[in-house]
Amino acid sequence: MLSIKNLQAKIGDKQILNGINLEVKPGEVHAIMGPNGSGKSTLASVLAGREEFEVTGGEVVYNGKDLLEFSPEDRAREGVFLAFQYPVEIPGVSTINFMKTAVNQIRKYRGQETLDAVSFLGLMKEKMKLVEIDQSLLNRSLNEGFSGGEKKRNEIFQMAMLEPKLSILDETDSGLDIDALKIVAGGVNKLRSSNNSTIVVTHYQRLLEYIVPDFVHVLYKGKIVKSGGKELALELEAKGYDWIKDEVAVA
Amino acid sequence: MSKDNQLLEELTSREYEHGWNVALETDSAPKGLNEDIVKFISERKNEPEWMLEWRLKAFRLWSKMTEPKWPNVTYPAINYQDIIYYSAPKQSAKPKNLEDVDPELIKTFEKLGISLTEQKRLTGVAVDAVIDSVSVATTFKEKLGELGIIFCSFSEAVREHPELIKKYLGSVVPMSDNYFAALNSAVFSDGSFCYIPKGVRCPMELSTYFRINAANTGQFERTLIVAEEGSYVSYLEGCTAPMRDENQLHAAVVEIYAMKDSHVKYSTVQNWYPGDKEGKGGIYNFVTKRALCAGDNSKVSWTQVETGSAITWKYPSCVLKGDNSSGEFYSVAVTNNMQQADTGTKMIHIGKNTKSRIVSKGISAGKSQNSYRGQVHIMKRAEGSRNFSQCDSLLMGDQCGAHTFPYIDVENSSSKVEHEATTSKIGEDQIFYCQQRGIDEESAVALIVNGYAKEVLNQLPMEFAVEAQKLLALTLEGSVG
Repeated sequence: MLSIKNLQAKIGDKQILNGINLEVKPGEVHAIMGPNGSGKSTLASVLAGREEFEVTGGEVVYNGKDLLEFSPEDRAREGVFLAFQYPVEIPGVSTINFMKTAVNQIRKYRGQETLDAVSFLGLMKEKMKLVEIDQSLLNRSLNEGFSGGEKKRNEIFQMAMLEPKLSILDETDSGLDIDALKIVAGGVNKLRSSNNSTIVVTHYQRLLEYIVPDFVHVLYKGKIVKSGGKELALELEAKGYDWIKDEVAVA
Repeated sequence: MSKDNQLLEELTSREYEHGWNVALETDSAPKGLNEDIVKFISERKNEPEWMLEWRLKAFRLWSKMTEPKWPNVTYPAINYQDIIYYSAPKQSAKPKNLEDVDPELIKTFEKLGISLTEQKRLTGVAVDAVIDSVSVATTFKEKLGELGIIFCSFSEAVREHPELIKKYLGSVVPMSDNYFAALNSAVFSDGSFCYIPKGVRCPMELSTYFRINAANTGQFERTLIVAEEGSYVSYLEGCTAPMRDENQLHAAVVEIYAMKDSHVKYSTVQNWYPGDKEGKGGIYNFVTKRALCAGDNSKVSWTQVETGSAITWKYPSCVLKGDNSSGEFYSVAVTNNMQQADTGTKMIHIGKNTKSRIVSKGISAGKSQNSYRGQVHIMKRAEGSRNFSQCDSLLMGDQCGAHTFPYIDVENSSSKVEHEATTSKIGEDQIFYCQQRGIDEESAVALIVNGYAKEVLNQLPMEFAVEAQKLLALTLEGSVG
């Protein structure tokens, strides 16, 4: 699915990623954890193609293709989805209208016929049920005046609509209370299959109680310094990040 | 280079879609303006003596006036003696029906997307088409006639309905109102006249398309709408012009006279040639539009989508004289490249419990300057009146300007005025968010801009709303179309 080799990136003059290596196979869930400023969100942005980050080295192979060669929209059309930490507001554009534009542009790219209003509505109803979202929310301007929980739930709804192969959840738990967290995690779990993969970027172990990862990686100073199973997350929760920093310092 | 700037670069490469001209034979007046030219125009139009006298009076007034300098626009001085004030496509005789109209003209309108014959059959929109100075064809006349509705060219109205023209011409915009209104009054060439009798609800959209075709020509059309008691009409005006290196002058006057309980909706999609990206050529658009809500409970709504013209100077206004009358102004003004727009509205509250609502959405891109200028004046006797104004500006890139000049004047204590204003930028964040969902950059801009302008676009009749949406996207994008 995804193979990252020695990925380096900077913003302005500041080097943030210092050689990331990561292999993600179909059906796997990987958690990327780490202290603030370690480069977690940068990694998510670089994979999605955000232009303010400059890739200075390394490679990213996605389903046999050079991901870094694709424009951001083509990455999305190839099946890469980023659930934003801070979903953006677009006044006057409903989620429905937004998703209809997105779904049809993706379908066109893939050589599929675009959906008419009726088929689109059918698909939407099905996904709404799956992620337990209310249509009234989808009629409103995208993310405008949404609560934190509504924004994140809307992200997961969009993920359900676009059926990505690789989903990257960037700090999806931030700003959520426990009930909202459960609903969002429930949606993500329903969308898991043996064909798609998920990268969960998070600071806390809490989310991983609900979205159980196959692998946990600790990112520190732009490098993955430790990898393990889901128990690594618990260890981090118990000990904090300092012992990792100490370990790195000793090495 | 940031994404906004890249986008900006692409935007400036867009070309004007209606930039063709048709080889029509024309009958023109010599360049320049004097009493003889005014007489020439009146003569060409077979006008009665009283009309000529009215024009000459306006010309004498205009000769003593000076061009206004207060708008927030700059342009080289206009040489009024270097303009052709009358140009008509040559026709052997006045066409009796569509079959007699010059096929070249019909082709012109088909290129514009207004097929008169098709319109006639399919859409139920009655069209009066004005090219250069002359009204070419009016569709659907008979059907409207059965209801007593008059919808014809202004010249025809002068001949056929002199009593109405004498009564209402200049009753809302007096010839002395301003420099450009006086000029128009002297040399107006054609336009549309619309009369809705008492209690009649006009069953279709009435529509006028204006096009400037001949070079060095000014276009000065005049529109007069009279809505009798309890009547309703929805009116749409569209405009295009070919690409030319020199600037062309357009100075129109629109008057709406609304009686008791009547409702007039006036929508404009203005797409005159804006000039090239260095600012060469383009239309100077100096327009006076005003409605008089003369009767109690009358209502007038202006909706405008302004995407064209090198310079726009335009303030569709409502004089709310009748008690409980109301005025609305919905505007989207887009400027790109070197375009300059100074546009807005005036709401003059005279009657009691009068209401007005202003929603203005400015979009500036390129190196353009976009100003909203609005006046809300609530007079002493207009007790219990209300106004709500919302003026939003959207900036694309960092080389354009948005300005807001609101004037609010309230002379009593029982009225309420609200004014809201926002300025925002299309952010890289918004565009990236769309891209991450598989939407390309151009579609993302179109989506964001249309969302921003939605409240105004919703006011347009359905078929024109779609057209306006496309026009917005076209104006702001490089490679679409």
